[in-house]
Formats: sequence, structure tokens, C-alpha cells
Amino acid sequence: MLETHIDQTLTAFFAGDRRAAARLMTAVENGGPAAEAVLEALYPKLTGAPRLGVTGPPGVGKSTLVDALARHHRGLDRRVGVVAVDPTSPFTGGAVLGDRVRMNDLATDPGVFIRSMATRGSLGGLARTSKEVVDVLEAFGHDLLIIETVGVGQTEMDIAGTADTTVVVLSPESGDSIQAMKAGLMEAADVLVVNKADRPGADQMVRTLEADLHMRPAADWTPPVIRTVASSGDGLADLTAAVDAHHRYLTGSGDLERRRHARVRVEILAVLRDRLWRRAQRDLTDHVPGWTEKVLAGEATPYTAARAMLAALIDDDPEDDE
Amino acid sequence: MDRAIRVLVAKAGLDGHDRGAKVVARALRDAGMEVIYTGLRQSPEMIAEAAVQEDVDAVGLSLLSGAHMTIFPEVLRLLREKGGDDILLTGGGCIGDEDMVELREQGVGELFGPGASTREIVDYIRDEVGRRRQLQENS
Repeated sequence: MLETHIDQTLTAFFAGDRRAAARLMTAVENGGPAAEAVLEALYPKLTGAPRLGVTGPPGVGKSTLVDALARHHRGLDRRVGVVAVDPTSPFTGGAVLGDRVRMNDLATDPGVFIRSMATRGSLGGLARTSKEVVDVLEAFGHDLLIIETVGVGQTEMDIAGTADTTVVVLSPESGDSIQAMKAGLMEAADVLVVNKADRPGADQMVRTLEADLHMRPAADWTPPVIRTVASSGDGLADLTAAVDAHHRYLTGSGDLERRRHARVRVEILAVLRDRLWRRAQRDLTDHVPGWTEKVLAGEATPYTAARAMLAALIDDDPEDDE
Repeated sequence: MDRAIRVLVAKAGLDGHDRGAKVVARALRDAGMEVIYTGLRQSPEMIAEAAVQEDVDAVGLSLLSGAHMTIFPEVLRLLREKGGDDILLTGGGCIGDEDMVELREQGVGELFGPGASTREIVDYIRDEVGRRRQLQENS
């Protein structure tokens, strides 16, 4: 996106234009200087609205649950922003993002904005820029942000680092596979949900999860295990009550402050890394072939090469950065 | 910039035959595109709104019910109304030649009938989106 376009789009965004919001999300998702300009302009507009992460294995009903949750909050006249993340194929770079199929009731609700994202090669279930896309939704004035990702084990910590409250969803059929994913899931979960609870095996699943929770070291917050049937809305009130209770716990204990503190720290480091890397790519790429030859000829090591290039980068006048 | 092409694939109208849409969605994915699949029985309003929210480059409609002369123009109108006039609207189904010509005149892109290969569809979307992005960058 060109700079003149960014300014126009930002003006339209602040006037409430949905097309502009979508375009800013694209700019942010594609990264680079345009993304930074957008995020910088939006930063003062962030409201601190609650962020809810919903994760779990494929097929447990996450999208249906998100749909039901969003409708519940719409009933309370809250504006809801949803980011639904699905994996990119590592072979083709393509993706089929199908979460909207379960969210058709929300499709034309002006109080709801749904954005599908592909992971684009990032690990951990979350697209690299999904936090930033959530920022755009938040600055657009949504009262609740929901981030939905596929999680199958050790990779949920990513979403736990982005959301205030992480809901891990399982179904009675998740039984056998749960062993493998237990560690990551249990550590990420603030609230556990057994969805499709009208199916056989639900009780067993709830007991397994509760038994596992009992084996954890005592903590101020123990994740409740909630039964839901997302397709009918059963258990939804329990789930929203549990999420609200967790939010109260976060606020009361100072944990919310700590989580957000940690998040800002990670964010600063990420922006710094991004900038340094862009600058290194711009200024140093031409030097790499020469150093490669020297290392191959035994005149240098990769370490002396990196040190020399880094020194050159730091000595540069910072004024000519961009 | 070499960013992924995003395409919304939707089944418009009331017929429930989604095999074609799913085959096309897969072919587009395998060509490296990000496909937002919205499923069956989408109204023009749902399609246009989703296209705007997802900021797609193209919308591909699958339509076998015969309602194409109503649905394509309505989606086009709504896209324009919502500021998505740069979004390519294409699609396929059982659409006669005369209807195709008329829809093209209204601003709909290429339409694909029975027997079209996924290769043709992929190539068309890639070329047409590339052309439109170029135009926009030069504007």
C-alpha cells in the first residue's frame, strides 16, 4: 500500500468504513513499512477490550462455538471481532479457510467483523501477524475480540500469549489423541470445554480432564471444565460465566496487568527484530557472497563474518534508516 | 509485492450441489492461493459482505440453479455499493453463452461452463488479479 493510500484509508477507517478496515488488515498482514505505519497510527486507539482465544484439535466444533459465543455477545449489544486462523499448506503456500461456513448467521451483522487468516508458514497455530490484525479490529471499536486457531498439542502457547483468556475445546471423540496433546493443552487452558457433550463419552472426557487438573500444582486459578453443545446453545451460559469469572480473576489478581506487560515487551522485541532484520537485508545482503568465499577459502569463519557485518551495520548513520 | 491471492468461493442461491465449488477451491489452494470458503446457500448480501471483510482479490460463485441472471448482477451491485468495485467477480455453472455475454457486459469477469478445466480457472484468476493489481499500483 502506498503512503498516500495509507492516509486516505486511515481516514476512512476512523470514520467507520469497513472496506478501509479490511484493507488495513491486509496491509498489516503483508508486513513491511506500510504495516508499521498503520499500526503506529492505530496504537493510541487501542481500548484494551478483552481478547478471547479459542483453540483445540480440528473437528471439535470451535467455529460453531465461536459463532454461538459471538451471537451471545451480540445479544448484549457488544460488537464482536473474530480472527479465524487456519494452516497454510507447506507444499503450495495455499490454504482453504473454511471457518465462515459455521458462522453464516453472523455474515451480515454490522456489529460483527470476521477475518480469516492463513498461518503463512508460521508455527504455533497462529499466523505471525494475527495479533496485529486483532489490533486493527480493536481500534475499529469492537468490544470483544475472539481469535480462533487449530491447536493439536505443544503449540498453543502462542495463542495464550495473545489472548487474555484461552479456551481449549475438545470433543468426546478427542479421547485417544488427548494423551499426546495433554502437556501443551493443559498449560495453555484457562477454561476447558468438552463440546458435543450430548454424545457418548462426554462424561469420561470430563473426568479425564478433571483428574488431570487435580494433578497439577495448586494455583490461584484452576481451569473449569465446561460441557457445551454449540449447535444447540446448551452450556453456553456456563461458558460465558466461566470466561467472565476468569476475567475477574485476571483483573483482581493483577495477572491481567502482568500478561499485558509481557505482551508489550514481546511486541517491542518483535518490532525491533523486524527492523533490524529489514535493515540487515537491505545493507548487508551484498556482502554475504564475499564473506562466503572467504569462509570457504579458510580466511574467515561464519562468526568473524557475522561480527564484521554487524559492526558495519551499527556504525551506519541511523538517520538514513528508511 | 508478491502477496498471496485471496479468493472467496461461495455457493450462491438455493441449490445444494457444492462438489464443483469444492474442487475449484482445492485447485486454487494448490495453486498457492488463500481460499475463503463460505459454504452453501449464500445470499448476495452475505457474499458481498464477506468479500469486503476478507479483502479478497476475487469472488468465485458456483451457481447451478439457473438464477445466475439475478444473483451475479446483485452481487456486483452490492460489491460496488460496499466499495469493492475493484474485486473481480467470476464464477461458473450452467450458464448459456448469451447470458455469459450479457453478464460480461455488466462487468462480471469470465464465466466457466461444464467441461472447463481447473487449470483454465486458476490461470484466469491469477492473470486477471495480477493485471488489476498492476493497474492499481500505477494509479
